[in-house]
Amino acid sequence: MRESPADYARLDLRSEVERPVDRQVISLDVNGERRELLLPVHKTLLEVLREDMQLTGTKHGCELGECGTCTVLIDSKPELSCLVLPIQVEGRAITTIEGLAGGSQLHPLQQAFAELGAAQCGYCSPGILLASKSLLETNPQPSRDEIREALAGNLCRCTGYTKILEAVELAAGRML
Amino acid sequence: MNQKFSVIGKPLPKVDAASRVTGQAVYADDMLLPRTLHCRILRSPHPHARIVSIDTSAAKRIPGVQAVITGADLPVKFGILPVTQDERALEHEKVRYVGDPIAAVAATEEEIAAAACDAIAVEYEVLEPVMSIGAALATPKDERIQDYGGPNNIHKLVALEFGDVDGGFARADHVREDVFFFQGNTHLPMEQHSAIATYVDGKVTLWSSTQVVHYVHRALAKVLELPMNRIRVIGAAHGGGFGGKTDPFAHEIIVAKLAMITGRPVKCTLTREEVFYAHRGRHPVLMWVRTGVTKDGRITAMHFKSALDGGAYGSYGVASTFYTGALQTVTYDIPAYRFEGCRVFTNKPPCGPKRGHGTPQPRFAIELHLEKIAHDLGIDPVEFKRRNFVKPMTRTVNWLRVTSCGLEECTERVMTASGYLKRERRPGRGMGFAISSYLSGAGTAIYWNDMPHSEVQIKVDRGGVTVYCGAMDIGQGSDSVLAAVVAEELGLQPKDIRLVTADTDTTPIDLGSYSSRVTFMAGNAALEAARKMRALLVEAVEASGRRFEEVTFEEASVLAEARFGTLTCAGSYTPPKIAGPYKGSGVGPSPAYSYSACVVDLDADRRTGLLHINKVWIAHDVGRAINPLLVEGQVEGSVYMGLGEALMEEQTFRKGLHKWPSMLEYKSPTFLDMPEVATFIVETNDPEGPYGAKEAGQGPLLPVIPAVSAAVFDALGVWIDEVPITPEKVVEALRRKDKGELPRYGPQGFPGIPYPPTIKVEPPPKDLDRAAPAAI
Repeated sequence: MRESPADYARLDLRSEVERPVDRQVISLDVNGERRELLLPVHKTLLEVLREDMQLTGTKHGCELGECGTCTVLIDSKPELSCLVLPIQVEGRAITTIEGLAGGSQLHPLQQAFAELGAAQCGYCSPGILLASKSLLETNPQPSRDEIREALAGNLCRCTGYTKILEAVELAAGRML
Repeated sequence: MNQKFSVIGKPLPKVDAASRVTGQAVYADDMLLPRTLHCRILRSPHPHARIVSIDTSAAKRIPGVQAVITGADLPVKFGILPVTQDERALEHEKVRYVGDPIAAVAATEEEIAAAACDAIAVEYEVLEPVMSIGAALATPKDERIQDYGGPNNIHKLVALEFGDVDGGFARADHVREDVFFFQGNTHLPMEQHSAIATYVDGKVTLWSSTQVVHYVHRALAKVLELPMNRIRVIGAAHGGGFGGKTDPFAHEIIVAKLAMITGRPVKCTLTREEVFYAHRGRHPVLMWVRTGVTKDGRITAMHFKSALDGGAYGSYGVASTFYTGALQTVTYDIPAYRFEGCRVFTNKPPCGPKRGHGTPQPRFAIELHLEKIAHDLGIDPVEFKRRNFVKPMTRTVNWLRVTSCGLEECTERVMTASGYLKRERRPGRGMGFAISSYLSGAGTAIYWNDMPHSEVQIKVDRGGVTVYCGAMDIGQGSDSVLAAVVAEELGLQPKDIRLVTADTDTTPIDLGSYSSRVTFMAGNAALEAARKMRALLVEAVEASGRRFEEVTFEEASVLAEARFGTLTCAGSYTPPKIAGPYKGSGVGPSPAYSYSACVVDLDADRRTGLLHINKVWIAHDVGRAINPLLVEGQVEGSVYMGLGEALMEEQTFRKGLHKWPSMLEYKSPTFLDMPEVATFIVETNDPEGPYGAKEAGQGPLLPVIPAVSAAVFDALGVWIDEVPITPEKVVEALRRKDKGELPRYGPQGFPGIPYPPTIKVEPPPKDLDRAAPAAI
């Protein structure tokens, strides 16, 4: 922590903030739509989704890979978008919460979450819904412990998790 | 009241469920208006220091920086309580905790704003920090943290006595004293606080993730020195509060000021680390309690002392202090009661209200203390507690009015379901029982006034119904409650109702989502408005020669609009004036109290001290479940949060720094930690609640924590008199037990506190409410 004006005399602040930012054209396939974007290379996928593509359904809780809130699917597998750089996922299929429903028709998971009150404030819901989708694709009839294991990286502070477990089970039953 | 309902009592999805599961709900940080500037805040690196100088010149020269402000730009102090207006949006004279805001930057990009904060040079004169209750009670080495309160760093002292306490102890057959400590913890909402402001046509508009748009409105008016009619506060979709977004915050004022200076929208979203320092969470509380009982297990008197570590500012602290002593009498019939409370300032982030506000700490202490007394007397703890339960329709010795009370039924439900009395007795396995009570809204407003606490307007035109109310839905479903009440009265379904809520321009006042007040207060206001609207519709239909039940709602509304013109009706709710005749009586009264009972079943590992919660049974007297699905959600969420506090969550500091300001290191329960919960909804049909409803959002958290500790004793024979109950504390208590020492882990004593002379209050007359029934 710099604390005195004397410290600043030694710093060339102008160069610090005016240093040219490396930018690169990156092509992303999000929810089946391909977009080319000119992006600073250090921007995370989370930031690009929210700020450059206006896909604000993807939320952030820590931006350190700790809470699971920013989960998206990359080639159907859950990934923390705050720890992914867009350049890593060029050409791969990215699914965000905006891509879960079929038009105005809710996905069975979304329907079950709504019916059973599995979303209270709803802030963690996009990440949990996507992680659940990935689980049901590989394991269509998971046990309750398998659901817990698959969702253990996603924190929720409202529900106590119970209604989420019930909703995933309800959706799994309906999707068989 | 045995009427048939078509909406009330049905487990319907929330009215906004689809937007929450599709990512379409717009939270504050999701907003990006054209030309938005991004704001970052420079915060103190020192827990206690005087500010000698602030030099922002280098920051201002950075390209992209549009404005830099310091405390000189926002000198007016604010605070949630009128008696503690001790905060500034930006401090320019003194900092009192690591994280205290000093300067703010608005820039075209967030990274530029952050770099500009780094370029602000602040010269400090570092002062000795005060980091504990003990240090705050002692003479300060350098200077006091605040310039009010005292002596030393004491913020607030209170001493009250109700009934003949000395006489009660004198006639007791057994008297016991215990000391307990409840460590502080924080809300950890998934959404970081965020606010965005605009300044257009001389008017400020602020969207924020707040629980209380009205209190933010008041604070903005005061600090910006603008009339309230030039400020509009709108609650954005809310990502979790739990009490943590119930104060007006510096960043909300800062973005408004920066928008006024730059003429552009300005947004500030706190980082997760900043959220930990913004805090306003659970106070660490040291507690001493002494209770007298007869040999057949009836309480004769109780004396309770609390010392709260308040952090650097007042926040809700005066209320929190009273709450540590107010509700003891609402669960147990205590014929004589003395309460001495103390809150101190320390150089830590300010504490405030978290789910249960000031009452989970004494609930932990009281439940365990009574558990120990039962063991002393050789009476089963559940039986001992039952003998002392309060009864419905009574007044407590400190004048609190109890209406409906489902304690007995709640206890019966969890006893039966858990098999507590027939539980398997083997080492390492245990069950614990505890009860609780909580407010259905505070009976008095934060600032003194005689106006309603909640107001609702309903507009009907050509078949459409819109409900307007200042209530803020923070995920608990308050919008759904409003829609359910209005739909029930008008013969519609909740999905037929349009809602406009939490917008100070367009909605009438509601004081916000805190103290479990919304269902009771906004629900009653909505009920009054809806019944007036129904009367208009019925009158118009009957004037046409038909009956209301025979026509469609559209037909009824057309007939009524033709007959009366614009169809608007309003309702409001003002709590009954039931506070006792003494100073401090404003904290504790509520139009109704919820009741809960809980049993926790756990396995405890002697070797590692690890606790595995097997199952939790909880019964909650909600009065009436307007929507049982949402009630269950609140109960399950409360059990979860209670388990987190009981087992792992703690907000602690080292050299002024938070020990673990991240979501990984601040432990909270995951999917893998959460046990099965059996929830029982008990309905007692409160005489004043809307359809008999009380509250569900906070009360069920309270019994979980002491029930865990009681279960540890049941399993291992050691008392853990301190929260959280971590493995190392369990192992240490077992070590002491094995050495033949007191089988206990907890605080060793209670400090000497210079309480003022006790104010003696006569108990209420026996026929108080019969003589003057309060609007029942």
